[in-house]
Amino acid sequence: MAQLRSSLGRVRGLGSAKEGVGHWWAQRVTAIALVPLAIWFVIAIVSLIGADYATFQLWLAQFGNALLMILTVIVLFYHAHLGMQVVIEDYVHGEGTRVATLLAVKFVLASLAASCVLAVVLVALRS
Amino acid sequence: MAEFKLPANSRIKDGKSHPMPVGAKRVKRFRIYRWDPESGENPRIDTFHVDLDSCGPMVLDALIKIKNEIDSTLTFRRSCREGVCGSCAFNIDGTNTLACTKPIDDIKGDVKIYPLPHLPVVKDLVPDLSVPYAQYRLIQPWLQAETPPPAGERLQSPEERVKLDGLWECILCFCCQTSCPSYWWNGDRYLGPAVLLQAYRWIADSRDEATGERLDQLNDPYRVFRCHTIMNCTNTCPKHLNPGKAIAEIKTLLAQRIL
Repeated sequence: MAQLRSSLGRVRGLGSAKEGVGHWWAQRVTAIALVPLAIWFVIAIVSLIGADYATFQLWLAQFGNALLMILTVIVLFYHAHLGMQVVIEDYVHGEGTRVATLLAVKFVLASLAASCVLAVVLVALRS
Repeated sequence: MAEFKLPANSRIKDGKSHPMPVGAKRVKRFRIYRWDPESGENPRIDTFHVDLDSCGPMVLDALIKIKNEIDSTLTFRRSCREGVCGSCAFNIDGTNTLACTKPIDDIKGDVKIYPLPHLPVVKDLVPDLSVPYAQYRLIQPWLQAETPPPAGERLQSPEERVKLDGLWECILCFCCQTSCPSYWWNGDRYLGPAVLLQAYRWIADSRDEATGERLDQLNDPYRVFRCHTIMNCTNTCPKHLNPGKAIAEIKTLLAQRIL
């Protein structure tokens, strides 16, 4: 399309969205939360190396372990979603493709998060 | 998607090689980007040999010598020749900088000179800066205050004035703007480091009363938040300023409003 619109008109575009800082802040908050959660997760997994399913099930049935596991999963996938969104906004330029990719990422990561939470609940409650 | 390959008509070809100067002892080779929109040909790299014993110390001296003595069609912007006007910004030896403050001796091997990256080229080393200028206009780079001015000047305390140091020195050469990968991919919506440093220069000014409106204009996923602290801007700034820090200050102020 030939562009005869002035540079200023194009640069002003649709104006400021007047939002964006919320996303930026959420990315920082989830990153900070993931520091202790990731350390806990690694220690937990290492301490469970070689354990059989019954041991793991008993471990996950404890309130604190199940809580931290669910928190880790939710925060991790939320953080991943925020990050993927930025990458897509950076590199995917067609309006339609961008929206489609953003939706796909949202659906996939939400499904992954939900299935992980569900798995924790099911394993923890199986006595 | 991002452009990883140049379109066929902008692939750079090998151009003319001008002969060595006769009797010169210290010769430096300059490989310079050339493109003439009227020729219909692809861009090319011309090779020039400059006798350093009859040339000033800076890259700009060599460019002027080439234009005067070898090829008068070589086109580039320059004015003050002392790093205050910001006209002679090129990509020199792989880094955006001012030709007038870049010593030739700092460059090992051939001196490669290209226009500032990822802007439309008008001719040779002259890029089209109309979009960065429009972005500069968007941030309204002038003092905005409703309080009527006192008799005389609007006063600032020394502490308030210090906040403008590292900001007022910017000469808008756009070396940082065009070194930023985020600006390459989203330069139509991301304001870029030079413009954001200027925006912060007015946000940080104690005499300005439009801070909130200025922040409203910037709070946008693209206008500010395309900055991913890559820091090419700060690395390349020929005035040794820190646009990356200015952008971080803007983000901090935006966060302050919601916390």
